[in-house]
Amino acid sequence: MSNLPLKIVIVDDEIPARNRLRDLLQDCAEQIPLEVVGEASNGLEALALLQSCPADVALLDIRMPEMDGLELAQHLHKLSAPPAIIFTTAYDAHAIQAFEVHAVDYLLKPIRQTRLLEALTRIDTAPPPQEAALRQLRPRPRTHLSVHERGRICLIPASDVVYLRAELKYVTIRTREKEHLLEESLTRLEEEFGERFVRIHRSCLVAKDCIAGFEKTPEENGETHWVVLLTGVEEKLPVSRRQLHIVRELGRG
Amino acid sequence: MKVCATLPGTSTSILVSQVTSINQNAYPDALPNFCNLGTMLRILVSVNAMGFAAALLKAPTGHGFMQEFMEIAAVIQPVLLISLLLLYALHRPLARLPYATGIAAVLLLELILTTAAYWFGGTKADNIDMGAISRYWIFGLGVSGVLLGYFNLRSRALSPALSEARLQALQARIRPHFLFNSINAVLSLIRANPKRAEQALEDMADLFRVLMADNRQLSPLQREVELCRQYLQLEQLRLGERLKVEWHTDNMPPDALVPPLVLQPLLENAVYHGIEPLAAPGIISINIFKRHDEVHMVLRNPYQPDGDHHGGNKMALNNIRERLALHFDAEGRLESKISDDIYQVHITIPFIVTT
Repeated sequence: MSNLPLKIVIVDDEIPARNRLRDLLQDCAEQIPLEVVGEASNGLEALALLQSCPADVALLDIRMPEMDGLELAQHLHKLSAPPAIIFTTAYDAHAIQAFEVHAVDYLLKPIRQTRLLEALTRIDTAPPPQEAALRQLRPRPRTHLSVHERGRICLIPASDVVYLRAELKYVTIRTREKEHLLEESLTRLEEEFGERFVRIHRSCLVAKDCIAGFEKTPEENGETHWVVLLTGVEEKLPVSRRQLHIVRELGRG
Repeated sequence: MKVCATLPGTSTSILVSQVTSINQNAYPDALPNFCNLGTMLRILVSVNAMGFAAALLKAPTGHGFMQEFMEIAAVIQPVLLISLLLLYALHRPLARLPYATGIAAVLLLELILTTAAYWFGGTKADNIDMGAISRYWIFGLGVSGVLLGYFNLRSRALSPALSEARLQALQARIRPHFLFNSINAVLSLIRANPKRAEQALEDMADLFRVLMADNRQLSPLQREVELCRQYLQLEQLRLGERLKVEWHTDNMPPDALVPPLVLQPLLENAVYHGIEPLAAPGIISINIFKRHDEVHMVLRNPYQPDGDHHGGNKMALNNIRERLALHFDAEGRLESKISDDIYQVHITIPFIVTT
């Protein structure tokens, strides 16, 4: 362990809870050199903070508005130097059981100083939580997708996505405004966001909300095929023969 | 050593007292509340149903059935309506009698009424036909007995819901989430603002005193409202600016009697499902007023469409519904609805005060 002070970020939506952690960390500072480099009140703020101000440790509350701690941890994985993560929670029977199973570090609020100190001294040796484990801890779909862009992590609200298309080793995310490249598999995305999206082609998932209608288009060889018309995007996407049933199920045009 | 020796003892004694409080019958047998609309409806419907059944049995063919029914109804209806009126008028003195005496009084009343019905209905014969009058008596006593038995069984069937409500109050009412977060918030205050910490702990003590109390008797609305204010102060401590509360209690009858903890669990739901998932400030509004001898309590909070944990909310609503049904039968209602991103719970109960 280096002699540099441990840089810590506190993420909790309740001000008293953040103050309490600050007090406790101050007490710990007598034993471990550390400094609190920032505070955030939800996952979105925390991700922005950690990009401008890297830290060694993030203390994450689980239940927060906008983006909860478990989802934030999944996005933090994509940082070039992700902080060690310690979850804090007042009560969450589900999460606690899962933490035990996956050996993820967590602290129960009210937190004891000795427990906090223990967790901080362990971060160098404890393995970081695996992404797959984090996904299991939080079976609901993420609220945002995160992509690397110009050395930064950029969040795209899942509700903004019009379609997802697999291209070689990437998935293209299409929103009304832009395209982004995502390094995840389309199959896994379909598992996670199956409620919001429908597969129209082996390589394409479309947001059900964005389907304006279906249209028959003649092909050069004389046959016709169906395409999806989208709201907000000019493009028309082909429906594969195998997925033609969705034209009947969702067809409005 | 001493601590180790006493600790198990205290924990078992707590357990024992909880167990006995479940097993013992908390409700002594009592006559039904004769001025409750639900009770009257139940009596009206069941007596007519029995008359209907009697006509079906008596009528030789489907053809004569209507006539039979009309004849029976001609005897039953006056007795039934006068009984309801008298029971309504006499419900207070009747309720004061011991259960057995009360039963005897009601049966005697029915006996007199059926005799009177026979007297005025069948004056054709000068001499009293003992056979006919005793059939009237048997019918009258039988019907009253069956109904009184039914009301007794019904209150027994519903009463465990109420005695259990006390335990549930401890286990489910106060979310552990709220308890631990509040303790954490108080801890955060101790160094910087000890005065505020003291006040918060006092609020918590009051809240838990009510939660652990015997909550089977109705209590004044004013007390429930004070409890809710204390609860919301604790939540304010944690959530600060994010929690805005609007009270509309100008037309509230402070001495109206309500089941204890009828509002607080709903406020807890409102905070958990409506305020905590919001990053921006959210408003909880509470509107309590009296209209046409009914007390209305309307709670509104922001609705989060993709919020999770809806099981907890349903459980609290069902528990309150059960308690309203036990206290007020058909006259207590709880309705919930969602409109324009606002979740609303509306409770209506009859206006009752201690006399």
